[in-house]
Amino acid sequence: MKKIPYYPGCTLKTTGKNFEDSAIATAKVLGLKLLEIDRWNCCGTVTSLTQDDLIHHIASVRNFIRVQEMNERGEVDDYRLLTLCSMCYNTLKSVSNVMQERPDDLDKINNFMDREEDYKGGVTVVHLLELIREMGFDEIKSKVKKSLGKLKVSPYYGCTLLRPKEVALDDPEVPTIMEDLLNAIGVDVIDSPKKSMCCGSYQTVRNPKTVVRLGYEIIESARKRGAEALVTSCPLCAFNLDDRQKEIKLEHPDFERMPVFYFTQLTALAFGLKKDVNNFDLNFTDPRPLLKKKKI
Amino acid sequence: MRIGVYVCHCGGNISEVVDINKVVEAAKLEGDVVLVKDNSHLCSNDGQTLMLNDIKEYKLDKVVVSACSPQFQGLTFMRVMETAGLNPYVLEMANIREQCSWAHYNFPKEATDKAIDLTKIAISKVRLDTPLDSKKMPIGKRVLVVGAGIAGIQASLDLGDAGFKVYLVEKEPSIGGHMAQLSKTFPTEDCSACILSPKMSDVPANKNIELMTYSQVESITGYLGNYEVTVNKRPTYVDPVKCTACGDCVPVCPIDVPDEYNEGLSLRKAIYITSDIAVPHSYVLDTDHCLGLFPLACSKCRDACEADAINYDLYPEKVKFTVDTIIIATGFDIFDAKKKPMFGFGKFENVYNALEMERIIGCEAEGKKLAEVGKKIALIQCVGSRDEQINREYCSRVCCMYATKLAQLMKRSDPKKDISIFYTDMRTYGKGFEEYYKRAQKSGVKYIRGRVAEIEENPDTKKLKLKVEDTLSRSFIESEFDTVVLSVGLEPNKGTETIRDILRISKSSDGFLQEAHPKFRPVDTLIEGVFLAGTVQGPKDIPDAVAQASAAAARAIRLMNQGEYEAEPITAWVDEDICAGCGICVGICPYDAITSEEQSDGTRLAVVNEILCKGCGSCSGACPTGASQQKWFDITQLRAMLEAAL
Repeated sequence: MKKIPYYPGCTLKTTGKNFEDSAIATAKVLGLKLLEIDRWNCCGTVTSLTQDDLIHHIASVRNFIRVQEMNERGEVDDYRLLTLCSMCYNTLKSVSNVMQERPDDLDKINNFMDREEDYKGGVTVVHLLELIREMGFDEIKSKVKKSLGKLKVSPYYGCTLLRPKEVALDDPEVPTIMEDLLNAIGVDVIDSPKKSMCCGSYQTVRNPKTVVRLGYEIIESARKRGAEALVTSCPLCAFNLDDRQKEIKLEHPDFERMPVFYFTQLTALAFGLKKDVNNFDLNFTDPRPLLKKKKI
Repeated sequence: MRIGVYVCHCGGNISEVVDINKVVEAAKLEGDVVLVKDNSHLCSNDGQTLMLNDIKEYKLDKVVVSACSPQFQGLTFMRVMETAGLNPYVLEMANIREQCSWAHYNFPKEATDKAIDLTKIAISKVRLDTPLDSKKMPIGKRVLVVGAGIAGIQASLDLGDAGFKVYLVEKEPSIGGHMAQLSKTFPTEDCSACILSPKMSDVPANKNIELMTYSQVESITGYLGNYEVTVNKRPTYVDPVKCTACGDCVPVCPIDVPDEYNEGLSLRKAIYITSDIAVPHSYVLDTDHCLGLFPLACSKCRDACEADAINYDLYPEKVKFTVDTIIIATGFDIFDAKKKPMFGFGKFENVYNALEMERIIGCEAEGKKLAEVGKKIALIQCVGSRDEQINREYCSRVCCMYATKLAQLMKRSDPKKDISIFYTDMRTYGKGFEEYYKRAQKSGVKYIRGRVAEIEENPDTKKLKLKVEDTLSRSFIESEFDTVVLSVGLEPNKGTETIRDILRISKSSDGFLQEAHPKFRPVDTLIEGVFLAGTVQGPKDIPDAVAQASAAAARAIRLMNQGEYEAEPITAWVDEDICAGCGICVGICPYDAITSEEQSDGTRLAVVNEILCKGCGSCSGACPTGASQQKWFDITQLRAMLEAAL
């Protein structure tokens, strides 16, 4: 089994445990062992766009040093760092690009961190979706054991997988990577024009009303086109779109709750994996009644 | 040797930066220089007379002019040399304007030093210049015009009327190009087909024009005065003489194909006539879509033809002829709006491109009707223009005005129509354009400055919600429309690439073909005797395309009318004693001007065709033995120039 360094990030160890467990199980079916990097720290959440604000990049660089060490020790077969959370993916990949393009800044950071071994550069960041695309969607199709055909799901990309275009894992205007995956596992894919509209992100802390408004728009746009559930790859999007449905319901009394899946929960279902990897208890809106209705 | 040096002020263009006196003094110190003068405008009549008199009075045998680029006034001074009885190739120019005073206007001292160096280099070269003789070559009166849109038609008619033999080649079954598809023309709102069709019918009526439709240029070899052309002519399977255009063959045809002339809004059969105004006005059997001729799968059209005009037993034909000059008028394609997916073209049923809207307005009879497009209509500008994301930086020039025209025409058909144009900047540069724009505003067309971010289709009503920032009022607009028209830009025609490959014409960064000089040779190419007309050179409207076509015709006539022309004598030559016959130069020559020829003793030798050779110097640089040299730039001269520079 191929071993790849894996960076979980904070949410996947707490409210996003359902994402992590289902992802690890999915990867295993695909012949991938996600090897959690040791002593990982915060990714830095949100890259600093200020040119000389190097202190913000240090968090990511330290994680890259861990990948470098794992490779030096021969523990893994890949110089890439795998992430699941879209926000971590965005932050780590941005920093990886910056370090690649601005060697002088890398020197500065290395000099600053005198208790770490130097980061030599070259660690790239991949999202699990990209690895799946690399394997080929036919490979995915061959692993499907259970039909999800009757489930109508609309992919929700949010912004961090697609913007800015330097870190985008797909065409920022017409992404298809999630559609391709969902088609491969036999889900009925519903396209929604709001699939890459912002969910409100960290406004959820200061300005939850905005998040409620955006969430309502995103969910209703998908529902109008026939979707019964959303699917995402971001714990923050999941929180905003799912947990905030309580507040949406307060503003729009006839609003009906819609489950939000992580894409790995659907692959785990399709691959016929044990139910507990999906931890549906952690989904804010319980998807099990819907799955039961669809006899999945 | 008696060298005269002239330093030009260029009316301040040079003298305001470069210290002319210092250049003059430096030149005086050079050996063989017997006269140094400066002048405020050397290219003026006075300046030329001064040079002329000096050459005679001081018995100058070589001249250096330190002034502008030889591209600019080289010919002027060469003519002075000839008038004075000197060979024009014992003149050298040092470019102290473009390369000194203009390039280094903030550094007068350095600019002066460089001007002195360049003048010294020119003096060192002129010492070794030897007189060169131009060859006189015969030239006839035959022209190939590629592409029969409005530009090709205009150029052909001008040439035909002037008594020149024209071969007009068009790949489509009918001539007319994109102009034949347009509803009306801006800003006068003439009916496009009505003003074009008389010109189209003039083409076959002109005895000097040989029209080849449904044909494509396959190869061109040779040079000015002797271009050998091969055209591949597709059979139409319908004899244009016998065909009465009754149309009986059409209803029996079982095949339906999207009609290109109508931008796919309606269907045509495999046997069809492109339009009511088609020239030649005859039916064509499209074998790409026909059920099949070999073996014959269906013969319904032949059975229905009373005139017995249909003959299936025909094959593509290669036509060969020789011409003296060539005019390229292969036109444009519209930008494929699918490359901007946020506008949903091809995905949302009520999103059209502007050419489709031209057809909807221009052709009420077939396909979609104007009354069916709803009341609230948005036009989106700069789709495929001025957009760095898709590598199209240029402005397509016509979209502001055609959108205004479409809006006007729609508004006139139904004054209740609510029409908005979302623009980047309104560019109303042409004659009558600004007035037309003002009139559209008065008639109630709304102009909103902002680039549309995205369009969302309502799955039930199919209405389209536009999201855009109005950058003048700084407000965010979300508004629903019945129909959206994308004002697509112009891009080089795909067919242009074929002809570009054949003739090796360079293109500019926007992909359109490159003119020889943007100001003074706007319709010439760097290939002698090859000219550009219309949108093949860059986006332009109808009057500009027509003007350029007439200009190209006039430039071609200028060459051909004299019966002979002087071939440039700066070519490569091969020192036969040194040439090892390795053939490296043969492969490297971009003009196929060198051949490797076997000698009587069995060795091989590189032979230069002086007509084809453009004097680029590639072979001289590549030659391992130094046998290949370029006249006027031989190795001793280059060495002397380098020494002077260092």
